[in-house]
Amino acid sequence: MTAELGHYALVLALAVALVQGLVPLYGAHRGEAGWIALARPAAAVQCLLIVVAFGALTNAYVSSDFSVLNVASNSHSAKPLLYKITGVWGNHEGSLLLWVLILALFGGAVALFGGNLPAPFRARVLAVQALIAVGFLSFVLFTSNPFARLLPPPVDGRGLNPLLQDPGLAFHPPFLYLGYVGFSMAFSFAVAALIEGRVDAAWARWVRPWTLAAWCFLTVGIGLGSWWAYYELGWGGWWFWDPVENASFMPWLAGTALLHSSIVVEKRDSLKNWTVLLAILTFSLSLLGTFLVRSGVLTSVHAFATDPARGSFILAFLFVVVAGSLGLYALRAPAMRGGGLFAPVSREGALVFNNLLLSTACATVFLGTLYPLFLDALSGQKITVGPPYFHATFGPLMVPVLLATALGPMLPWKRGDLLGALQRLKFAVAATLAALFLTLVLAHDGPWLAIPALAIGVWMIAGALEEAAQRLRLFRVPVAESLRRLIRLPRAAWGATFAHAGVGAVVIGIVASSAWQEEKLVVMRPGEVLSVGGYEVTFDGAAEFQGPNYTGVRGAFRVSRDGRAVTALQPEARNYPNPPMATTEAAIRTGWDGDLYAVIGDPTGDGAWSTRLYHKPLVHWIWFGSLVMVLGGLISLSDRRHRVGAPARRTTADAVPAAAEGD
Amino acid sequence: MTRKQRRLSIVAGFMLTLGVAAALVLTAFEENIVFFYTPSQLAEKNIPPDRRLRLGGLVEEGSIGREADGVTITFRVTDTVEAVPVRFRGLLPDLFREGQGVVAEGSLSAEGIFVATGVLAKHDENYMPKEVAEALKEAGQWKGDHE
Repeated sequence: MTAELGHYALVLALAVALVQGLVPLYGAHRGEAGWIALARPAAAVQCLLIVVAFGALTNAYVSSDFSVLNVASNSHSAKPLLYKITGVWGNHEGSLLLWVLILALFGGAVALFGGNLPAPFRARVLAVQALIAVGFLSFVLFTSNPFARLLPPPVDGRGLNPLLQDPGLAFHPPFLYLGYVGFSMAFSFAVAALIEGRVDAAWARWVRPWTLAAWCFLTVGIGLGSWWAYYELGWGGWWFWDPVENASFMPWLAGTALLHSSIVVEKRDSLKNWTVLLAILTFSLSLLGTFLVRSGVLTSVHAFATDPARGSFILAFLFVVVAGSLGLYALRAPAMRGGGLFAPVSREGALVFNNLLLSTACATVFLGTLYPLFLDALSGQKITVGPPYFHATFGPLMVPVLLATALGPMLPWKRGDLLGALQRLKFAVAATLAALFLTLVLAHDGPWLAIPALAIGVWMIAGALEEAAQRLRLFRVPVAESLRRLIRLPRAAWGATFAHAGVGAVVIGIVASSAWQEEKLVVMRPGEVLSVGGYEVTFDGAAEFQGPNYTGVRGAFRVSRDGRAVTALQPEARNYPNPPMATTEAAIRTGWDGDLYAVIGDPTGDGAWSTRLYHKPLVHWIWFGSLVMVLGGLISLSDRRHRVGAPARRTTADAVPAAAEGD
Repeated sequence: MTRKQRRLSIVAGFMLTLGVAAALVLTAFEENIVFFYTPSQLAEKNIPPDRRLRLGGLVEEGSIGREADGVTITFRVTDTVEAVPVRFRGLLPDLFREGQGVVAEGSLSAEGIFVATGVLAKHDENYMPKEVAEALKEAGQWKGDHE
């Protein structure tokens, strides 16, 4: 019964979304208070209905109701409870339902917490949000119904892809979607502002927390995905420039640019057109990501569906959203005048620089990702654009923006002095030079480009720390005064410090792990010793074993350093019966200096096995740095200005004292 | 600085970045695009050695061998019309089997052996690399989905 209840709730939600998308929009146009007031309750009801539908599907999964086709094809009664629940979104239909659920939750949150928004504006935001929901709900109902029945029900389900039975991947899609869909808020605010024909500092202050939250979620989602690829796929890589990865990375780049440009709108009332355009593009890229992954145009673990009807639907929807919003932008944007003037060397200038390079870099990723698809569609010629393309285009474009990250916060608004900023960063400059010198002396065996690249990471961390120290007036005023400043100064600025330092840590992790990685691919006999990254690794043979829902082979390695035992590594090769599949479980030992990574291959006779051992220096900094970035985002999100809410439009936008000393 | 000058400087910066990006993209495309070939297409077109390409087809039955070092594997990729010998040094993917779909990336050696730097096999029992499925359909050898 619950499946029908869920289906019914979903149909009702579509009806409510249609009303919510049209009535308040028309009401705001005509100034009818009653029609405008419909937006909030409608958003709440729509949200509730989709929660019911999602609950119904989750219930079918938990109770292993195999009369539901979706459950029968993707679940199995012998699965642990966690993977029964995460199996809800481990397939095409369920993952779209999760998409819609998150969209409705964001809409509900605006209805609930948007009390400080002017009623007509809020009505327009919610209406746009509902129109997106209409598109996705009809997609779910007409092409990918998760509640379809299967009669007679099979005795047991077909199971979930074992690669997906993993905690890292279990939570990767929800975070990714929270990010993708979170950018729908920036989009809805942008479209509502275009309809009203007004973008001002107050607008930016409403958009910022939503964008920031979406950015944090997306960062976590991408981080989890790459971490999973690193430990689960057994190739030792964590980023492959795979189209599916790029699909999530493009909105991240555009969203990062949006975060920075909205600061300029908020603080200086400038760059308005560009920020609105960026908000539209960021969400369009999120939709494009969904299209790429969900339509089956790409072959990968992510592509569940290969039904052409689904692909055409999303493509058509993508077209309507992008063409509609850009058309509206073309119509309305010229009327919006930019505000404050600024010199090229200034805080605004630095933020423009950031935007310019991030969006250009995003465009190069876009070209590399979509060109093979276009070429295949137009001429049938099959090509792939691999990592070398992205290294050659994305890499050089990132260098100036990373260098500028430490300088930007040192420049004042309106007009700055580059030399002065560099002088104020003298410790960071010294630290960077020291890092250059040390790597040159200690680690000159890698590629020479790695040495300046590593120094960029050090520069970013040192620059962020020095900027923070100056904000605290550390060692120049009594410690108590510094502590007082630590608590009292706006948190958004601390957020920037953490986020920028986090990027620096990621850069160091990427550079060190790829430049100084040591890889050994050898056949080992029991008792044989191999030296990798300063460790001695002894192979003790491999044996078959029986897991809870798989069989496998487990290798045994003893690791020691200078004669002292460090750890044991036990990589596995598993065979799952439901569905039949083989997976590699790498054994990873994380030390302060990096990871030791072992994979067991095939037997080659006489008890010998082909094995692969890596030492990856500082690779854990990549994920540690991502966490620091997210922490920065969260600190910024907790800023008082967001909590007390946005000021009323125009009148007091510049009168908030905290705004004087800013990001 | 006047509004006009400011706008000009931003436009100039914009054009400069775009120009640099376009130059980067064009050179990178020229050097790094990897074409996909089936064994038949590879036999037809005279492809110079050391040009990076992708080769897709089925792993020929009984063709898998291992060289003396134990970690270099040799096999033949076939589309049932032509077959190309492949040499790969590394750990094969979990689902690498005889008679199943495979995509190898690498380049031809002077002796006509395809030296692979990476080998992709199916992700699971139901999945056949799309290029391979289409290539086999063209060769008239496709026996329908496994489902």
